[in-house]
Amino acid sequence: MDTFLLQLLNGLDKGGAYALIALGLTLIFGTLGVVNFAHGALFMIGAFVAVTLNRFFSIEKVVLDPTKTTPWGTPVEIRTPYAEAYLGDWGRFLIDYSVPVSILVAIPVMLLIGVIMERGLIKHFYKRPHAEQILVTFGLAIVLQEIIKAIFGANPIPQQAPAAFSGSADVGAMLSLGEGLVYPWWRLMYLAFAGFVIAAVFAFLQFTTFGMVVRAGMQDRETVGLLGINIERRFTIVFGLAAVVAGVAGVMYTPILPPDYHIGMDFLVLSFVVVVVGGMGSLEGAVLAGFLLGILQSFASMNEVKSILPGIDQIILYLVAVVVLLARPRGLMGRKGVMEN
Amino acid sequence: MDATPRNDLLLFLIFSAMVLAGPIVLWPFGAAYPDLLQKFAIFGIFAIGFNILFGLTGYLSFGHAAFLGVGSYTAVWSFKLLGMSPFPAILLAMFMTGLFAMAVGFISLRRSGIYFSILTLAFAQMSYNLAYSVLTPITNGETGLRVLNSDPRFLDIAFGGDPNYSGVLLSNFFGIDLTGYAGFYFCAAVLIIAFYVAMRITRSPFGMKLRAIKSNQNRMAYTGYNTRPYVLTAFVISGMYAGLAGSLMAVTDPLAGAERMQWTASGEVVLMTILGGTGTLLGPVLGAGVIKYAENIFSAYNKSELNEVFWMLPDGLRETVVSVASLFVGSGWHLTLGILFMLIVIFLPGGLIEGANRIGRLITRMTNRGKQSDQAASVSGRAQPAE
Repeated sequence: MDTFLLQLLNGLDKGGAYALIALGLTLIFGTLGVVNFAHGALFMIGAFVAVTLNRFFSIEKVVLDPTKTTPWGTPVEIRTPYAEAYLGDWGRFLIDYSVPVSILVAIPVMLLIGVIMERGLIKHFYKRPHAEQILVTFGLAIVLQEIIKAIFGANPIPQQAPAAFSGSADVGAMLSLGEGLVYPWWRLMYLAFAGFVIAAVFAFLQFTTFGMVVRAGMQDRETVGLLGINIERRFTIVFGLAAVVAGVAGVMYTPILPPDYHIGMDFLVLSFVVVVVGGMGSLEGAVLAGFLLGILQSFASMNEVKSILPGIDQIILYLVAVVVLLARPRGLMGRKGVMEN
Repeated sequence: MDATPRNDLLLFLIFSAMVLAGPIVLWPFGAAYPDLLQKFAIFGIFAIGFNILFGLTGYLSFGHAAFLGVGSYTAVWSFKLLGMSPFPAILLAMFMTGLFAMAVGFISLRRSGIYFSILTLAFAQMSYNLAYSVLTPITNGETGLRVLNSDPRFLDIAFGGDPNYSGVLLSNFFGIDLTGYAGFYFCAAVLIIAFYVAMRITRSPFGMKLRAIKSNQNRMAYTGYNTRPYVLTAFVISGMYAGLAGSLMAVTDPLAGAERMQWTASGEVVLMTILGGTGTLLGPVLGAGVIKYAENIFSAYNKSELNEVFWMLPDGLRETVVSVASLFVGSGWHLTLGILFMLIVIFLPGGLIEGANRIGRLITRMTNRGKQSDQAASVSGRAQPAE
């Protein structure tokens, strides 16, 4: 039972990441009709916003202390981060909480990147075939990840969760299921965060006028345009929004998986599988399929399962995708008529 | 150039001559050494095969590297069991990839568009992951599969090979070791055959049907064709080409690794085809050559060599230029590749061949303008449709 629950939590966690990326992908596909292969790169950029901010906060001021000397006779260096030296406790807090603080920074940064991407590149590809959209965004993804590699190097850069969240939660005791079931706090936080972001996106689309226009535009772009609404500009903002969702997902994921330059590509391939399983253009489908596939993947990696079907953990997602696509071409919750052939 | 049989023959002869004269033609570019020439030929075959699927039918497969990998593994197993002759290796590899492509294609081709891309990608990733995990007894996992002196090699021994031979085992063609220039000429011969077959396919009624499927699958169906068998045949042929390329990789260097099946490798062949010109005969080979050449040139540079290149600049400026340029060479070569990729897709979706055609048209127009009077030129200018 404990292992079962543990794997369920693991799966939900992974599923959260998949769902967040897939949500953005679907949002872009549903509104703009563009298959964005650079979406994983946005996730990666979000992760590296966190890395940058952490490095920025930790820039150290070096003071020589002449009263003490090291064993080899040079004065002792006292290194304090500038943030701590100037801001005191507040600075220490910033360093500790650099990951959550990065979210606040990532939102405007990602929005800007998203809007620039849409206006600068994607806009010109609306009328082009899907194959060319895939290829140009694939090229963009390579360029972005190579730039990150040139700046930050090829090795994963571990990030710390805030000290308050670094331990493990006794989930077993919380749910009165007995001892032994512990789970890292930060992963629980991530799960809550993913739920919050997903809810926020849905609420935004459901309860605001802007969201209503966007939903109308997803249904019938031309009619909305004929009603005198500048749907293009709305869709640009939607692209920025999708970039923000991917970016903050990347920020929050850094303490779980140290980011490196190809983290985006790793997630992208799986997120596409998620989107296709959920159904192109269906937001609910993307979220559902994200969590579903995350859970399936973590159950498939249990030793009990692996001993029956060796290697199943490696291929389960793709296998599910193949089965779903063949049995239900529209995906789990795909809308009728959206890229069915 | 119109596709008359005479022009095709001319094209084929020129192509063959250029390939066979490769070491001389490419010598001024510093690309005339056997390893690179072999790569040109092998990836040329891979891209020609990919083009039969993508260029003719418009189905974008993102999983062709899987066929390359299967071809390599089969070839190495043929070396291990049957002996170092390239022929059984190549034939078996093409047969196995054909079967594999049939299975993958049968399922994937039930969908088209982005779904087809995702399905092929899914199959390629499955193969890649399995090659690293469960199939380790067959693929030898991360170490890669190689030919050992203790392997049976039945045919070699039956034909008087030394079972206790302890040297390096290389694939050989009736006693000629297929490395260096011998390896290149073997690959070149296969490339020429592959090119000829692709040309025949493109010009055949079958090729015409494939292009009809690309331009409008629905209309094709309305005229009474069941399109799926045609696309499946194209898919299998294309997979067999990839298997052939994979087996040639094993022939020139008898080992196989799973990294050949990674989806980035599938992306690479897409890029080669696009760069050269999708749907053209020469384009894919040209694209493969340009990319492998550029990879070789760009990834070989490092900072000190860049300093030599920019020796004439003043010191401060040189350092800046070198540090900027070093982003694009060496391990940063992929950045150049990505930028190149984007530029081609954005500005020249038809690839280098289209670029050459455009330049050709521009030149004809300019020479025509020189000959004719101003009035005639303006008339011909107006005759061009304003797109």
